[in-house]
Amino acid sequence: MIAGPIPPQRDELMTEPSLTSLYQQLILEHYRNPRNKSELEDHTVEAHVSNPVCGDEIRVQVRLQCDTIEDIRFDGQGCSISQASVSMMTAIVKGSNRDEAIQLAHRFTEMMRGSEEAAGDRSLGDLRALQGVSKFPVRIKCALLGFDALREALGEDSEAGPSGSRSTAGGRTLHERKAAH
Amino acid sequence: MLDTSPELDWAAVRDVFPILSEEVGGKPLVYLDSAATSQKPQVVIDALTYYYEHTNANVHRGIHELSRRSTVAYEDARGRLARFIGASGPEELVWTRGTTEAINLVAGSWALDNLREGDEILISTMEHHSNIIPWQLVARRTGAKVKYIEVDDEGRLVLDDLPALLTSRTRLVAISHVSNALGTVNPVREIVEQAKAAGALVLVDGAQAVPHRRVDVQELGCDFYAFSGHKMCGPTGVGGLWARKELLESMPPYHGGGEMIRIVGREESTWAEVPHKFEAGTPNIAGAVGIAAAADFIDELGFDAIAEHGRDVMSYAMERLSDIDHIRIFGPTDLAERSGVVSFVMGDAHPHDISTILDSEGIAIRAGHHCAQLVMQHFGVSATARASFYLYNSRDDVDRLAEGLELVQGIFGTA
Repeated sequence: MIAGPIPPQRDELMTEPSLTSLYQQLILEHYRNPRNKSELEDHTVEAHVSNPVCGDEIRVQVRLQCDTIEDIRFDGQGCSISQASVSMMTAIVKGSNRDEAIQLAHRFTEMMRGSEEAAGDRSLGDLRALQGVSKFPVRIKCALLGFDALREALGEDSEAGPSGSRSTAGGRTLHERKAAH
Repeated sequence: MLDTSPELDWAAVRDVFPILSEEVGGKPLVYLDSAATSQKPQVVIDALTYYYEHTNANVHRGIHELSRRSTVAYEDARGRLARFIGASGPEELVWTRGTTEAINLVAGSWALDNLREGDEILISTMEHHSNIIPWQLVARRTGAKVKYIEVDDEGRLVLDDLPALLTSRTRLVAISHVSNALGTVNPVREIVEQAKAAGALVLVDGAQAVPHRRVDVQELGCDFYAFSGHKMCGPTGVGGLWARKELLESMPPYHGGGEMIRIVGREESTWAEVPHKFEAGTPNIAGAVGIAAAADFIDELGFDAIAEHGRDVMSYAMERLSDIDHIRIFGPTDLAERSGVVSFVMGDAHPHDISTILDSEGIAIRAGHHCAQLVMQHFGVSATARASFYLYNSRDDVDRLAEGLELVQGIFGTA
């Protein structure tokens, strides 16, 4: 006897994820009035990532001074989730050090994977408004795209895994990392 | 049996597609993504099941009864599809995995064998990537050049440029019959006439045309016609390349292996007759059987009725959607020049956000660049939302779509 269908996970038994939990006002506000969206001419590192599935693109430029993120700017285009997420992220990591930024990326990824504990972490600030995205599996990579760019710029490997955006097409990586200066 | 009188009951037609009874998130499915792939009627699903339960064996190899049956089923299906597209005989139809492989076959066989440095391949900016990338690869290998027919603001080819674009070096014009991103129906015969006068061959990407309209390859006058089964109610992984027998005979093999040879020697081998020369390896036999069942299904409804129903649903969709605030619809406004597709953007709601919100209402559309990034660039967008319709869709589906888009308005406001 071949095993029957795998029983649904707890998440799938829960009620339908609601659109209101996904499209919170704070997300639309960041989408329409993004923070730190401009060119950073004196950046020390930058990364450009894209999601080939939807064409979303994000470039993150960082001015690092002795491991401190003195300034960070982004440019990009895409859906409300990807653009709000990167806007919120830049507002939080500006002024932090490299390890704190990587830790933030780690916590945010945990929240996207459904961790309630991570979602309660106040260090995530506005990013907690994106918790609802974790109930929409096909949109999680949108929320992680900006963090992918941040990690790339800081020279840290992505932990995005299967749901992340570090996709490759035809064996060619779509991420370009460029260290300036 | 379906009623094939002029008063076709389209609700009954919809009922023979089992998947359309699915619920998504507790809501009845509204499937508006047929330009990506169509759904399958029960007769096609049954044909596949019957094949595996009663017929399955490898083709052209065995002496035993099942091998005979499967070979007959496979070759009968070829004849069925050859008639479906107006070929003069089954030997003019090469089975492929679909449109993409059919185009790659022409690129890898005919084009690499015939093109030289400085030769030109003329395509258009509205092509699907499958009718762009193979030619860029050929250009890289041969030194030939890819040139483009541009698209106007209504999403039509700028054919006024054609006389200047066609030169003595133009060897091939490769053009879509119907655009997957915009639904534009291109005047293929007109393009063929001019291309022929310039001495070029013409390849037509028929992936979006064959499901919706009677295609007669001889009447079109083209040299190659590529199509897919899965967009015309058939299974995935099967499609075809049509070309005249003499042209196929002049082309070198594409893949090497079993099935495509006559005699194999240590140094040299000889090839099977066309079309088998291009069908190395065990083919998609069940797929061929399935696409033949799909052709029977479509012919039973009749292309006249399908086209009339399609026009009715499309005109209603254009009317309902045009009324929505902040919507921008791409493609020709004249429905005679448009087939089955409404591509749009809406305010600052990104197409992916539109698609997520519609999905929560059980409505499946496509959001993205539709493998047509050049045409997206022309219109200055990175993505659009695309609702695509087929014979099982109705005005009710359009109403559900319009209501879903009102929900998008509610969430994104009118900014």
